[in-house]
Amino acid sequence: MFDWLMYVKVFLVGGAICTVGELLVIFTKITPARILVCFIITGVVLSAVGLYGPLAAFAGAGATTPLTGFGHALCQGVKHAVEESGLIGAFTGGLSATAGGIAAAVFFGALAGFLFKPHSK
Amino acid sequence: MDKQRIHTDPKHYSWLTERFSPPSPVAPCLLRSFWVGGLICVLAQLITDTGTCWLKMTARDASSLSSIVLVFLTALLTGLGVFDKLGKYAGAGTFVPITGFANAMVSPALEFRREGLVLGLGAKLFSIAGPVLVYGVGSSVVYGLIYALFIR
Repeated sequence: MFDWLMYVKVFLVGGAICTVGELLVIFTKITPARILVCFIITGVVLSAVGLYGPLAAFAGAGATTPLTGFGHALCQGVKHAVEESGLIGAFTGGLSATAGGIAAAVFFGALAGFLFKPHSK
Repeated sequence: MDKQRIHTDPKHYSWLTERFSPPSPVAPCLLRSFWVGGLICVLAQLITDTGTCWLKMTARDASSLSSIVLVFLTALLTGLGVFDKLGKYAGAGTFVPITGFANAMVSPALEFRREGLVLGLGAKLFSIAGPVLVYGVGSSVVYGLIYALFIR
């Protein structure tokens, strides 16, 4: 029942995508915020041309947890919504597919801001 | 023997430190972001599998659940000051997964809280997450329009 091989694939692919980000940090002067933006656009583009779907099927959360996977979720959400309800889906699909993560980030982010004090670095 | 020279000659000192300091830290940095990033993804997979196998969720709900749990953990660890240390250790290993997106919202929210609840906490929540959403959602809408008009 427990699929060990899947977890190995998740670990290797997820780690590899993070390592690409680290390579960009070390060898270029791109700031982390820009890397995040680049990653999400890359995810949308790779998903749109049909390359990210197979990767997500192969590596599960290893492909969907990095921000490229966030882009993939946006893109697939838009695609399904367009297939279901036409042109309006281009606007409704992306955010409804990613609503859980975004709403959680807004809610828990604000909550943490209320509850915790900033730490001196 | 050379003790005096080390203390007085900056050139000799820097030559010595260069010679005896470990080789450039590129490989360890990559390794650290690899294993921490990989482990975060494994955790996400564990939560997703828990959702589908035991809580009888659909695949889509289960993957939302894993995002929500990871975001919650990140908010908690950021609030406690642990996440910053982890981030220093693992670099891209923590900011490329969704944990980085969450940390990018929580961290400024904490820091700018004292500038007010609306323009401090409320606005700074999106100082990094904002651009990510702008370009992510923006490009997905562009794709959606192309798909709806030309491909479908």
